[in-house]
Amino acid sequence: MDIGAYSFGDTQRNPDGSLGSTAQAISNLFEAIKHADASGLDYFGIGEHHTTTMPASSPGALISAAAAATKHITLGSAASIISTDDPVRIYQQFATADIISGGGRVEITAGRGSSVETFPLFGFDLQDYDELYEQKLDLLMSINDSASENITWSGTTRPALAHLAVVPRPAQNKLPIWLATGGNAASSARAGRLGLPVSYGIIGGAPHRFAPLAELYRKSGAAAGHALQTLKVSVAALGLVAPSTKEAVERFYPGWYNLNIEMGRLRGWPKPDKRAFDAQAAAPGAYYVGSPDEIAERIVHLHGYLGHMRHFLQSDIGGLPQEHFLESITLLATEVKPRVERLLAQK
Amino acid sequence: MNTLEGARLAPQATIGILGAGRVGTAIARLALAAGYRVKLATSKPAEENSLIIEIVTPGAEAVDASEAAAADLVIVAIPLHKFKDLDSHALSGKIVVDAMNYWSATDGEIPDFVNTALTSSEVVAAFLSASHVLKSFNHIGYHEMEPDALPAATGERRALAIAGDNSAAKTVLRGFIEHIGFDAVDAGDLAAGRHFEPGSEIFNGRFNASELNGLLHAVRLSN
Ligand SMILES: NC(=O)c1ccc[n+]([C@@H]2O[C@H](COP(=O)([O-])OP(=O)(O)OC[C@H]3O[C@@H](n4cnc5c(N)ncnc54)[C@H](OP(=O)(O)O)[C@@H]3O)[C@@H](O)[C@H]2O)c1
Repeated sequence: MDIGAYSFGDTQRNPDGSLGSTAQAISNLFEAIKHADASGLDYFGIGEHHTTTMPASSPGALISAAAAATKHITLGSAASIISTDDPVRIYQQFATADIISGGGRVEITAGRGSSVETFPLFGFDLQDYDELYEQKLDLLMSINDSASENITWSGTTRPALAHLAVVPRPAQNKLPIWLATGGNAASSARAGRLGLPVSYGIIGGAPHRFAPLAELYRKSGAAAGHALQTLKVSVAALGLVAPSTKEAVERFYPGWYNLNIEMGRLRGWPKPDKRAFDAQAAAPGAYYVGSPDEIAERIVHLHGYLGHMRHFLQSDIGGLPQEHFLESITLLATEVKPRVERLLAQK
Repeated sequence: MNTLEGARLAPQATIGILGAGRVGTAIARLALAAGYRVKLATSKPAEENSLIIEIVTPGAEAVDASEAAAADLVIVAIPLHKFKDLDSHALSGKIVVDAMNYWSATDGEIPDFVNTALTSSEVVAAFLSASHVLKSFNHIGYHEMEPDALPAATGERRALAIAGDNSAAKTVLRGFIEHIGFDAVDAGDLAAGRHFEPGSEIFNGRFNASELNGLLHAVRLSN
């Protein structure tokens, strides 16, 4: 089982509550990725998010830099909002990063994004939401599956490509392309049909309720003729690891509170409720906040339902102090991962 | 009007659900558990959804939208910006429960909902002018629906608000809601749905019937 982290960037809060700089947030994130690699973490996912509090807007740029500055860790977007980007450009950037990584360490995760800020930002119309996603995914896969540099493609959401070169090719034969979904059944079926690995973003509720979706994914994949070993599942969730569960909760809650105040303003949510947090933070809730023992057990418990091959956590939200972020990464790599492997071996 | 006769659903009545996403499938599972016949549809032909429905809502039938629209009670759980794709003709005379929300963060800015003093359900009702449109289910997260549903005898169970202009239709919906695991609280006419739209205290809070009544009473007084 791969253990990892992901981040949208986390702008720090000044003592007076005002926001620090978005530049500092990116520096912190870059430091965390290098630290994750040095600690032996398996995976780091980045962005794409476009807000002042979460400014990791450019996974391609950050992953290229990280590819040069790390040795072992797998790097991916989490996720690239392909609907409002150009798949040709995404592919070129990630293929470049893959080469810089030495080959085989860079992945793309394709998503729609949970909010719609990229539509006005890049000049797209929300009326085209589904069409944009479907066509851009098709183009991204066509480029990846192509036997040569020259791509021919046509659709309505982007100018056609008539035997045009899309370069470079990645160092690995193809880039792994994951499909990100938040639990819509049709997306699981689609991922299965396309034979793409699927990444579940589980942000609330009991994660094992995704079991029927994983089953649907695998059955749809098998029905479309894809081999079972290519049908991989990963799980992205909120969480933080600290030496004790009590410390983990104390460290994570303030940032969670800040984030929910901000989301509440945007989305009309009520004031965050500590009881709702506590319910999610304890097993079998969706927040993986706890000691290495507890988190390892919960990951393995979920594995019994989903059979996932990667579990990765978003910790740095709402101004999490950088030292707590780094310590959580260390613990994930050096304490959680060995426990998960031991528990899985005993099963 | 057939569907309103006697103002309650037969125990094996058919529930049609438009939208087989997070909300639609959660309500479908609750309705199946309560013994109803459930027909689910999306904008796609039925056969494209059959595997999804077999695994995610075992026991429900994948149908075309027109067949779901013919059910005894119809619940609409599609992205709100697609409401004009609904077939107003097929839904005429029907009790239609609008479970949708206008959320500019995920729906974007939709002129139909921004440039108006009406609630989102009134905008939908104006489009479905021959249906009995009710508002409910919009103020509970999809992932809370099944954990929070409890049998009637349990006492302090979660309550859902109902807004609508037709009281017989509301009685039908009340029976359905109570049967699948929640208390139901009449919030008043369809316009009163604003009290549990996004941004309100009721939206996304978790309340039993007396708390919900109290909150509705308080907002009415302050208006
Ligand atoms: N998520 C929540 O917790 C929650 C809670 C309460 C209320 N709501 C509201 O409920 C609505 C649905 O939310 P959701 O989260 O369930 O969305 P979702 O998971 O995206 O599902 C939407 C469903 O609607 C289908 N659909 C789209 N156009 C349709 C049409 N013209 N006719 C029939 N089906 C159609 C989609 O399938 P195809 O695209 O394949 O047709 C999909 O199955 C939204 O308005 C939301 O604001 C959400």
